[in-house]
Order: sequence, then structure tokens, then C-alpha cells
Amino acid sequence: MCTPERAVRCLSVAVLFLVGAAASIATAPVAAAEPLYRLGSPLADGDLVGWNIDVAADGAGLPPGQGSVAEGKAVYDAKCAACHGAKGEGKPANQLVGGSVRPPAAVKTVGSFWPYATTLYDYVNRSMPWDRPQSLTPNEVYSVSAYILNLNGIVPDSAVLDAVSLPKVRMPNRDGFTTPDPRPDTR
Amino acid sequence: MLPSAPNPFPTGTRTPLQDLRGTITPNGLFFERHHAGVPIIDPQDHRLMIHGMVQSPLIFTMSDLMRLPSISRVHFIECSGNSAAEWAKPSGRTAQEIHGLLSNAEWTGVLLSVLLREAGVQPGARWVLAEGADAAAMTRSIPLVKAMDDAMVVYAQNGERLRPEQGYPLRLLLPGYEGNSCVKWLRRLKLGAEPWQTREETSAYTDLMPDGTARQFTFVMDAKSCIVSPSGGERLGSHGYHEICGVAWSGRGRIKAVEVSTDAGATWRSARLQEPVLPRAVTAFGIDWTWDGQPAVLQSRAIDETGYVQPSRAELLAVRGTNSLYHYNGIQSWKIDAGGEVTNVHA
Repeated sequence: MCTPERAVRCLSVAVLFLVGAAASIATAPVAAAEPLYRLGSPLADGDLVGWNIDVAADGAGLPPGQGSVAEGKAVYDAKCAACHGAKGEGKPANQLVGGSVRPPAAVKTVGSFWPYATTLYDYVNRSMPWDRPQSLTPNEVYSVSAYILNLNGIVPDSAVLDAVSLPKVRMPNRDGFTTPDPRPDTR
Repeated sequence: MLPSAPNPFPTGTRTPLQDLRGTITPNGLFFERHHAGVPIIDPQDHRLMIHGMVQSPLIFTMSDLMRLPSISRVHFIECSGNSAAEWAKPSGRTAQEIHGLLSNAEWTGVLLSVLLREAGVQPGARWVLAEGADAAAMTRSIPLVKAMDDAMVVYAQNGERLRPEQGYPLRLLLPGYEGNSCVKWLRRLKLGAEPWQTREETSAYTDLMPDGTARQFTFVMDAKSCIVSPSGGERLGSHGYHEICGVAWSGRGRIKAVEVSTDAGATWRSARLQEPVLPRAVTAFGIDWTWDGQPAVLQSRAIDETGYVQPSRAELLAVRGTNSLYHYNGIQSWKIDAGGEVTNVHA
């Protein structure tokens, strides 16, 4: 039976196919039509607590708090140096300080390669320390970020980082990345 | 024997390509790569959250996801760091050691576009942040165009539920894209206008060029192939007939042809392709060869349906230099000496 309700649904399916066809041609997808299955539960604000931890390149998502270079040294010595070396020289884990992006011996570090200071906050916050990820407080993450940037000569000894100042830190290799993908590039 | 060098932060295993035949990788031999170990997740407790620039933020249980219309598709996953040591010099001994961060499976799950339509994509959204529930809470920014095209969230692999090392209970699958973007233990998708510039898409998984700049968001795995028999570590015991066989794949679509040389690239012959030839999936090939006992260098090159031809190592290095680390797809050369020993060389 083609009830009016069913007809609307058939129409919406047809629209979805058109939208899908358009999306494959256009550079960005078109907004979706009505949901078809109504599975999944609405997300309440409280559901995001503990999940919504990402920090974007413009600083969106950075929490309240702050940290100084000096405070960061204490955090680093206690929780990072065992893997990253006394001054970020690396081994067994990645080198954090110094390096170069130039051949023949490119060494990619926070100082030589990373384009955004916000990435440092986001990664330390979500993934470090290796044995206890997501155990650092926002003040500890701000301060250890400040210390690693200071070791690289990017912020002064007096630097205090917070949600306002961290995204403004200009990384040396900020303009070192290219998009879009130029491949195929070999013939 | 460990297939990889000892590592203070153990991160993976490699598929023994030389020991497999056909195209499907057995689940227990599917390569592994993790960024902070393998989490043990109770599927009853697992959730997938979709939020950010959507009209209706949603949270899905595994039960919700498995009620939705399912599809099954065969696709390869290749780590973009596969074969990376070959940028510098012949390093690995066997196909597993050199190219073993490649596997192929039949995946079952739900098209991601179905989930995004349930949530409703807001105008202006162009990227999706995918986050895993591992200890690294690993994240990648994915183009929304890919998410709405052929991306899947998968819960089964070769007929059984995902194994923990492959993302149980839920994994993002982006056909043809580098393996790192196929986020395992998938728990959250956040839509936004710009990429997040996560650690894994800035400091890693970017391709350093000779001028010191790095290419970013180079997701697609270009066409590549590898002869798996005869291959490194093997010794041909007798002269006469041998079938040369191998595997080819492309992140841009179907394999159109594979050509094989037994004289270090001087002459090429077309190999047989085993049906079915599926898009963004491993295709097996074979060709007849009579070994006369003289030294030989075996090579294969894949050609995909876009017309792309797998480059020689020299052609690749001429464009990318030797610091690129990722996306090595130069032609593999196996040298066979008069005694039948097969070794990895750069010819």
C-alpha cells in the first residue's frame, strides 16, 4: 500500500540518493535529509563529560587553567624525562627538542616540525604519560607544554600558557605543510 | 622470530605475505599497529557518539549499530609506513618484513553515511574527527566527503566479530586510505569545519619532501604490488617451471593489470589476474616462468583503473627524496642467484 506516510518516506529515500550523487561531485556534502531508522539515542550535555576532550588548532576546547615554564620543568622531570630524556633529547621515546626538517638527516621534533602548539596540548592531554594517559591536570598540561616549547627556544623562560596564550604561540614550522595532496606525482 | 625490530614500545606485527595464497588474510595473521596497546572493551559498555556540527547529536550502542542495514565488502588495509625502510636501502629479508603492513579482509558493518544521515549534517561541516577508545585516545581528521562516500563502521571481519587487535568492538574503515585513519575501538565522531591538526596528522603521517616541506592529508594508498613466490628468504631448489605469483592493490580503485619482469625491468609481460578483481582490494596475480638456472631479478608493477603505473624506486625517489617515510610504493626487486637464493635488492 502506498499510504501518504509511505510516499513521503519513498520520496525522502529518493532525495537521499540525489544528495549522495551530488556529494560525490561537489567538494562538500550537502546537509542530510530526515533520519530513516531512528536508532541511536539523543545525546545529553552530560554524556559528553570525559569524552569531548579534543583541542582544535584555533584553541577551541582548551580548558581553564594555566602553567609556567618553571612548573612544567617539575612535571617533565617527574613524568616525562624517563622516556624522552632529561632535556627532551629522546630515547627510548621520541626526541622533543632540536632537530631539523632539512635533508639529509631530518629529525622531526616538536620544535623543528610541529605546526601548532595546540597539538602539543591535545596530545599530551589525551595520550601522555604513556603509562598513565589522561592523568594530568590542565595546569600540568599547560605547564609541561610551556616547558617543552621553552626547551625549543619558542617561548621565553617567563612564559605562562593558558587558553588564550597557547593558541597564539607561533611554531617555527607553521608554514611547512602543504595541501592538497598533489599525487599522482611520479609520472 | 620477531618480524619487527625489538622496540621499547611494542607497536605491531606483520602479515607473512610469502606464506599466504589467495587474497584474504586470515584474521590471526592480519597485521597489527597500535599507538598505545590493545584495550579490552566490553561491547555492552561500548558507545559510538556522533556530535559537533550535526542537527541531532546521537549516541549508539553496539546493539543499535547491529540493527541497522549491514553491508559486507572486501578491502585491503595498508599502513602508510609499510615498506618505509626501503626509502634508504634494502632492509627487510622477506615479503613479511618489507611489505607485511598490508592485509585484506571482508568487512561487515554499516555505511557511515547512514549514521551521519541519522544525526543530520549541518551546512558548513567538512571534516570528521574520529577518536579511538585506546589508551592513546587516537584521533584523525577525516574529510566529510569520504565519510559520506564509502566509509564504514565495521564490527565483523572475515565472518567473525573483530578481534581486539583490530578494534573490537567497532572500527572505522576508509577504503583505500592509509591504515592509521581507519581508527580502531571507535568511540566518537565529531563534525567540524576544519581539521583538528592532531598529532597523528601533523608530526606523523605527513610526508617530508626534499625541500623540507611536508605533504599533509595524503590519505590514499597508491597502487603497489609484490611478488610473494619466489620471494626473499626462499631458495629455489630446482630449475624448470615455476609460477611467479603475487598480490597487487590500489587505494584508487581496481587493479587493471600487473606486469612482471624477470630481467630487472628490461622486458615486461602481463600477468594473469585472479577474479574477482574488486576495488580497493587485494588482487592476486600469476605468471608462468621457466628458470634456466641463471641469475635473475624478478619485479612486478601494478597498474590501476585510473591508469596509474606503480613507479620504480628511482622514479619515486626522484620526486620524493629519501625522508618521506610514508607511502613507499616503489617496485620490489627480488634477486635470484645461481644457487637459487632469493634476496631483497634495489635493482
